Amino acid sequence: MFKDIFRRTKYVTIQSAPAPKRTTAVGTRQEPKTVKKELPDGLWVKCPKCGEVLFIKDLEENARVCTTCFYHFRISGRARLALLADENSFEEWDSEILTLDPLEFPGYEEKLLEAQEKAGMIEGVLTGRAMIEGVPVVLAFNEANFMMGSMGSVVGEKIARAVERAIDLRLPVVIFSTSGGARMQEGILSLYQMAKTSAALGRLAANHLLYISVLTDPTFGGVTASYASLGDILIAEPNALIGFTGPRVIKQTMRQELPAGAQTAEFNQMHGLIDLIVERAQMRSTLARLLRYHQEGVQHGATV
Amino acid sequence: MAQLFEFEKPIIELERKIAELQKFSAEKDIDLSREVETLEKKVSLLKKEIYGNLEPWQKVQIARHPERPNFYDYAPLLFDDFIELKGDRLYADDQAIAGGMALFRGVPVTVVAQVKGKDTKENIKRNFGMPHPEGYRKALRLMDQAEKFGRPILTFIDTPGAACDLAAEERGQGEAIARCLLAMSGYHVPVISTVIGEGGSGGALALGVGNVILMLENSFYSVIAPESCASILWKDTSKAKEAAAALKFTAQDLLKLGVADEVIREPQGGAHYNSRQTADELSAVIAKYLVRLRTESPEALQEKRYQKLRAIGPFQEKSI
Ligand SMILES: [Zn+2]
Repeated sequence: MFKDIFRRTKYVTIQSAPAPKRTTAVGTRQEPKTVKKELPDGLWVKCPKCGEVLFIKDLEENARVCTTCFYHFRISGRARLALLADENSFEEWDSEILTLDPLEFPGYEEKLLEAQEKAGMIEGVLTGRAMIEGVPVVLAFNEANFMMGSMGSVVGEKIARAVERAIDLRLPVVIFSTSGGARMQEGILSLYQMAKTSAALGRLAANHLLYISVLTDPTFGGVTASYASLGDILIAEPNALIGFTGPRVIKQTMRQELPAGAQTAEFNQMHGLIDLIVERAQMRSTLARLLRYHQEGVQHGATV
Repeated sequence: MAQLFEFEKPIIELERKIAELQKFSAEKDIDLSREVETLEKKVSLLKKEIYGNLEPWQKVQIARHPERPNFYDYAPLLFDDFIELKGDRLYADDQAIAGGMALFRGVPVTVVAQVKGKDTKENIKRNFGMPHPEGYRKALRLMDQAEKFGRPILTFIDTPGAACDLAAEERGQGEAIARCLLAMSGYHVPVISTVIGEGGSGGALALGVGNVILMLENSFYSVIAPESCASILWKDTSKAKEAAAALKFTAQDLLKLGVADEVIREPQGGAHYNSRQTADELSAVIAKYLVRLRTESPEALQEKRYQKLRAIGPFQEKSI
């Protein structure tokens, strides 16, 4: 009903990406490579944890995990999908829902266009169904490259639809979150996407279907305070920053120094807020085990 | 005397002039009643013009007025009885959220509200109305009880936001809020959420998943504080006034955006000029919706609340 009232934004043309081939994260530590410091920019990156200089090519091949200290760099939703899903099993949903600018917010259209070009998608979440080691599952991935994974009306709608379709298909849901929170540019409408997604997950739970939430670097604000915290099982990637209020805001408004390691996945687990910390290389097999134990009507060897 | 705003000064100036004239007239025994009458008409027009055309930023100031009535001011005016119930049974009793059972026009209801303090001492006790996880868990416990006993839930929103310190992080602020959202969306009892002052982000939304969302005329409800928005957009917190307009967060904006169901009238100048009158308006509008909701079946209450949430936030399907 809002279609006619609100102005539509412009869009960049995005070629639909081919179904990803499954890649594998290398789970073993490799010998550090010796690198000369004069290497040109764009070819290498310094690990923020161990300081090792890594070739980007090597980093990409290792699913963006430091080959020396296992520091987990951020990774795109599509790359995650390629690491997780069985080859050619992914069917994308709702890729054509367009964002409006309901508040006519200063600079929003430009920001959207910029994000679309940077992330190569028209909105900040990828949803669909796939198989993980042969187990069917509904998947959603926030895209950090798209306005810091912020949740506006389209992100909320796509997640709610994915969860509702999971109920219809009687499938489990796995959501990988990475987000700065609700999207400021859509104001109160973004805020209520927190309620919308939580409501859909409430229905999934009432239908006795599994929801696994995987929190990745960084997950904050309105996403932590909605779907990311509502999993039956909460998994985090190592060293991911997770919280409600961002560290900078805590420092500024509370004039409070944060202890080393505050708001990391490990900190959250210590405080009882996370079930598991799982390395990227083990994510597919861990999810597969959990999903299989929740599969309806599946036998697991001899019965007691 | 209530703290005055810059934009109210012309009114006060005129009122002072009238008082002077009246005093002069009495002292010298000169009839100035016609002059006084003219000025009184002028004041009345000026009030209508100023208070009837408040800018978003002026509404923010009124919503944050230190003497704006809080939940504890309204409770004795709205309810025939209020029994405050405390604690989350897990950690503490958070003074930034009050809750309990009340009798509203003869109907037992569960009430949950955020509460700001009126002075520094009370504000420290109530953490400036910014709840910690134990506050949201207390709210959840009381609302779950309402669902169990089939009682309607009335929530009152008045917070700058959820507590944003390390303690809140350690105790799972995000999870505490998320649980409220999920639970409220699934209740089979009527839920009426009313913004009575400041509705600050996720910390406010945690009590905002109602079948009906009401807003007092000078309240606002926003995804982000205007100061923080200005800091992000223009790297300048002094541009909060511009941010307040851009965020479209007044009661009137939310009505247009399909989030609020009705805007409740306040006395001229704001609720702090007359809390009893404000309470009467609140009571009448809440009662109107409660009567309607109580005729719905439990299933319909849940389904309609779900559909209300599903409809918030416009988008466009490319194929259409
Ligand atoms: Zn490293």
